[in-house]
Amino acid sequence: MTTTKNPSRPSLPIVENFTRRAAVKGAFATLGAGAFVAAISPLRQAAKNTTAAEFMQQHYTELSPEQKADVIARLEAETKEKYGADVTIADDRPIPGTKFVYAINLSVCNGNGKCVEACHKENNHDRDTNQSYIRVIEMPKGTMDMEKGSTTYTGTVPKDDKFYLPVQCQQCDEPPCVDVCPVKATWKEEDGIVVVDYNWCIGCRYCEAACPYHARRFNWKKPEVPAEEVNPDQSYLSNRIRPVGVVEKCTYCLHRTRRGKLPACLEACPTGARVFGNILDKDSNIRWILENKRVYILKEELGTKPAFFYYFD
Amino acid sequence: MPRIANLIFAGVVCLIASMLLVAVWQSGTRANTHAAPEETPQVAQLPSEATTTHPVIIRKPSGPPRIELAGMDPQGRTGSVACSTCHAVRKPNLENVSAATLDEFHQGMTFNHGKIACYACHNPDDSDALRLADGKSVAYENVMTLCSQCHSKQAESFAHGAHGGMNGHWDLSRGPQMKNNCIDCHDPHAPSYPKMVVGFKPKDRFNAPLDDHQDHEGAESHDDH
Repeated sequence: MTTTKNPSRPSLPIVENFTRRAAVKGAFATLGAGAFVAAISPLRQAAKNTTAAEFMQQHYTELSPEQKADVIARLEAETKEKYGADVTIADDRPIPGTKFVYAINLSVCNGNGKCVEACHKENNHDRDTNQSYIRVIEMPKGTMDMEKGSTTYTGTVPKDDKFYLPVQCQQCDEPPCVDVCPVKATWKEEDGIVVVDYNWCIGCRYCEAACPYHARRFNWKKPEVPAEEVNPDQSYLSNRIRPVGVVEKCTYCLHRTRRGKLPACLEACPTGARVFGNILDKDSNIRWILENKRVYILKEELGTKPAFFYYFD
Repeated sequence: MPRIANLIFAGVVCLIASMLLVAVWQSGTRANTHAAPEETPQVAQLPSEATTTHPVIIRKPSGPPRIELAGMDPQGRTGSVACSTCHAVRKPNLENVSAATLDEFHQGMTFNHGKIACYACHNPDDSDALRLADGKSVAYENVMTLCSQCHSKQAESFAHGAHGGMNGHWDLSRGPQMKNNCIDCHDPHAPSYPKMVVGFKPKDRFNAPLDDHQDHEGAESHDDH
């Protein structure tokens, strides 16, 4: 400022006739440029971790078939690059006239946890954390309040004074997790499966908080799966390897069940406690169970209308 | 003030220009991927008019059991024999109910199947077959017929997929289903389902300290948590 007040005195060569107005102008220009850079910095951060194609990707339900093919090709290439595994990512759509329903026989389940392991392997979960969509809860007899149980039991099962309650996504007909999602990254499909677009999810975890069954999982870090252990039989909405920072969930193994196969947890169950089928087929196993067994619905009072039933012999 | 407005205007122009650039680049990359060999996603096919229905295959035992011989022959060979090898020449003792009353063979076996005797199920007239309650002979392969006489509740559940494990397809128009039979899971001589040891545990934040506990306390159970 002193230089502008005394233009007659010898001064630094470049600042000649530097008016207050010019100074203010310059200051605002610098401020504006700085603000612009700060404003777009999230984009630059995102660009470091994601490609432009991934960043610009549309919501799954708005993708045209060509765009879907592009996305899937890109995801397959990324899996090859990041995990060294050749995988096929399909886009399995609901089978018309199906509504999937699960039932577990609590008189038979002995808590051995084979389903948890099968889910872990089938769905390409992070090997380090032994992540799985299923929790088997060891429950004290005399209550059905799942909050009273424990998941940390070990050793020989079943224990005499306990029973075992496997809990996974109940594919509710009134899903609270879908209601709370601020970006509609999760929705319910025609066959009853609640799915997540893992590329649309922003990782806010509202759904995780909303789920009364604690069925949703958050990827705190990039899932690590050795190339030889990656299940190559994948689907976009199901068991493709999920990115870090998104919420994921059980999809009744839609990459299997929408091709007519049984879910991985059911095939792994050594006790035969698990039953899966199409409730719209009146001759199905599941219909017979609902009509002839004593059936229990977990947290029925919440009105979530699960497509998941527990029964007793 | 108009000067500041100019600056803001310049900023907006810059922003629009950068957005346009990104958009152009984006369309460029998309065009590129279009040129690449197109891979259509594998879509689940619709059932083809349900004309072909695949079977439900119930696994069957391979046949009558073979008894491993305890000793070896002079050449050092072991072998197994059919039940009838011995039982053709031994008179059946209908009184036997447990290992305690056996004086020579089968003594190491565990019997824990109600109060039934050996010949409730085994056939005294044909040792390579089983016997139904009405005296009819039934082959070992059809052991489920025998079990179902008493365990009709389980048999009914089994018939509706509510008892016993299975593999394969839920949708029989797309593929077959394989089911276990009774003795795949239940030892007929001690049929209660065996205890198992938990092998796999997720390490989420609720049970992360579990490994530490185990290190300190050994393989103790933590069921009272």
